[in-house]
Amino acid sequence: MNTETTSHQKYYVPESSSIPIVFAIAMLFFGVGAADAVMGKGTTLLFIGIATVIGTLAYWWSVVIRESHAGLDTPQLNTSYVYGMAWFIFSEVMFFAAFFGALFYIRTFSISWLGGEGDKGLAGELLWPDFEATWPPMITPEESLMGDQAVTKGPDESMYLQGIGSLGTWLPLYNTVVLLSSSGTVHFAHMALKDNNRKRFNLWLGVTVLLAFIFVILQALEYYEAYAHLGLTISSGVYGTTFFMLTGFHGMHVLIGGIFLATQLTRSAGYNHFTDKEHFGFEAASWYWHFVDVVWVCLFLFVYIL
Amino acid sequence: MSAVVENHDHHDDHHGPKKGLMRWLKTTNHKDIGTLYLWFAFAAFLLGGAFAMGIRAELFEPGLQLMDPIRYNQLVTMHGLIMIFGGVMPAFVGLANWLIPLQIGAPDMAMPRMNNLSFWLLPVAFGILLSTAFMEGGLPGFGWTFYAPLSTNYPNVAYFVFAIHIMGASSIMGSINVIVTIMNMRAPGMTLMKMPLFVWSWLITAYLLIAVMPVLAGAVTMLLMDAYFGTSFFDAAGGGDPVLFQHVFWFFGHPEVYIMILPAFGITSHIISTFSRKPLFGHSSMVYAMVSIAVLSFVVWAHHMFTVGMPLVAELFFMWATMLIAIPTGVKVFNWCATIFKGSITYETPMLFAIAFVVLFTIGGFSGLMLAITPADFQYHDTYFVVAHFHYVLVPGSVFSIMAAVYYWLPKWTGNMYDEKMGRLHFWLSFIGVNITFFPQHFVGLAGMPRRYADYALQFAEWNAVSSVGAFLFGLSQLLFLYIVVKTVFAGKKATPQVWDGADGLEWTVDSPAPYHTFDVPPKVK
Repeated sequence: MNTETTSHQKYYVPESSSIPIVFAIAMLFFGVGAADAVMGKGTTLLFIGIATVIGTLAYWWSVVIRESHAGLDTPQLNTSYVYGMAWFIFSEVMFFAAFFGALFYIRTFSISWLGGEGDKGLAGELLWPDFEATWPPMITPEESLMGDQAVTKGPDESMYLQGIGSLGTWLPLYNTVVLLSSSGTVHFAHMALKDNNRKRFNLWLGVTVLLAFIFVILQALEYYEAYAHLGLTISSGVYGTTFFMLTGFHGMHVLIGGIFLATQLTRSAGYNHFTDKEHFGFEAASWYWHFVDVVWVCLFLFVYIL
Repeated sequence: MSAVVENHDHHDDHHGPKKGLMRWLKTTNHKDIGTLYLWFAFAAFLLGGAFAMGIRAELFEPGLQLMDPIRYNQLVTMHGLIMIFGGVMPAFVGLANWLIPLQIGAPDMAMPRMNNLSFWLLPVAFGILLSTAFMEGGLPGFGWTFYAPLSTNYPNVAYFVFAIHIMGASSIMGSINVIVTIMNMRAPGMTLMKMPLFVWSWLITAYLLIAVMPVLAGAVTMLLMDAYFGTSFFDAAGGGDPVLFQHVFWFFGHPEVYIMILPAFGITSHIISTFSRKPLFGHSSMVYAMVSIAVLSFVVWAHHMFTVGMPLVAELFFMWATMLIAIPTGVKVFNWCATIFKGSITYETPMLFAIAFVVLFTIGGFSGLMLAITPADFQYHDTYFVVAHFHYVLVPGSVFSIMAAVYYWLPKWTGNMYDEKMGRLHFWLSFIGVNITFFPQHFVGLAGMPRRYADYALQFAEWNAVSSVGAFLFGLSQLLFLYIVVKTVFAGKKATPQVWDGADGLEWTVDSPAPYHTFDVPPKVK
């Protein structure tokens, strides 16, 4: 799809549009609403913001789909969408990189220095003489000093596998199986679409969406377990912090990816969208899905196993 | 797919823009959006400048005269945030919007509606940020670097966090647009190495933005969670580390510094070549130098935190990596000098600003080298020497390059020539003002005056008074700049399409002012 072959076609430039400015106003509601909500000033604006953001985005994408069906999307425009999606996913990778980087820094440096080990351990030795550098830290530095008086206490139990006997009830393993298979099923769906077999495509895509929502439910169950039975909360020291932030952002992305895929299923099953050649909406969703899957593999390794 | 389908929104490609406010709210035109960005940046430049005037007025003499230290901290913080995220970055994005499609022969940016959204998110974000001025607790006062744990214990930080998130979303969408436009919309025959250097500089800048803005989003998210949800990222009591904040922040922050200077390199290369009436010396080495600078920018972040208590290995690694950057930067400076060498030089306003850029940016670069030396930095850290250093690369660096670009391309945008005499006057006032402001800060810094205080010891009084006088001169001369630009928009000698006789590039092949739609059919580039 280089410019040479498409130069005789005009690149579609919409003359003017009220969608972006409406979206910007929706973001104003969302931004102020989110800050209000966080600071305990009420959630009304936040809900207005979320509703208008979702509504505007849905309308925007429906316009793009209609333009595509009207034949306005030259191959060159499609290439723009392909590049755009790829770089959007890259920006998401960098967002997760920040949190993984924080996890590695804490595990490699903060915890050992606080425990009095290594290059910068002297301060830790003096400030928290009883804190032991282990991962996960079940007793926080503050707790090692003040016992029950401490504000930030460690969890009663971590999410790591507690012995081989409990493997059968270890939720992260099920989550891994569910998510890895969904990457396979979305690939089968793609193959089916390329074979022009819509029934098979819908079936495999449906299975993928189902697996996505099973994952979200299992994750919710895991959080419930953590809060109700393991004494593991987002404020259980730095282990709770990294555990919930990494799995939480990943879970949010699974939810978004699941909705993204479900939208494509609706388009195909309900409206007969997509052909064996033209189906970037689905491809973008599946790329996003594979990205979410890769993040999970890293999570499983560095948050649940190692 | 080859059938041309009539689009109901798109009756006639060459009718002009809509009238009134709706034109600007609903526009998808890269020239309109570029104009919006540039005016937004100008407004932010004046507002951030007003904050700077407040700072310099307070520092005119020792003691507390005009404000309490909290207000002073708020001024310092807002000056930094507004100049960086509202001034320099949007100005460069505005130039990118105007120039990239013109310079590569594209009809518009690749995603015109998203382009409009990128702009309009900026007033939204700054509205949220500035709204804290009217709340109890007031504006953020923790410095633009918002170090934890000061920021995690600050009032109204949630508004700051979501404002930064929205600015980040705007930047990410903007940079995706730039990358896709450059990679997908070049006129046939324009290979990557034939691309004008401003386009190259923006391609590299966009990659930097897309890699580090999400990391900034991560940093403010961690801050938000620590401040309101009881997490322990930056809290040693729970097993975290305040130093972690600085690592995450500067992993964003250092590439951010180059985001604010790479487009300046592109601009300077065009202007110096035009007014020396010679092709740029070492076009491809300029490209490789910029790529090297961009790559190195990811492995030097901790030179901002030498005194925080890092292992010796890290101190040494970041010192050497930082010094390495002098090599590609040196390549660029020598290439500019070689371009000027034996050229038929004339000194129109853009050229004056460009030459001042090369000289003064190099001074800022040298003080940067001094700061890169770890043991020396233990003396300079958090003194006015640092303030002098980064203002030399940002004001006579980035800001001068933006002014040079405005004078250089203003005839193309408006169809009118600016007043050359007034332009030169603006240059000389700015040049003198900026040096009187920032050069003495080297002296007080080396003598040990710490930054970010509303008051200072008596021995620094003379040079601070000088610095303040320079700042007022520089600040006032920008009103002259405003006057010149406004005057040129409405009147002036008509500009020819070529404008400058030594200028080379596709943007000089279209009329002045550039028609509302250009290159609907891509030109052929040989």
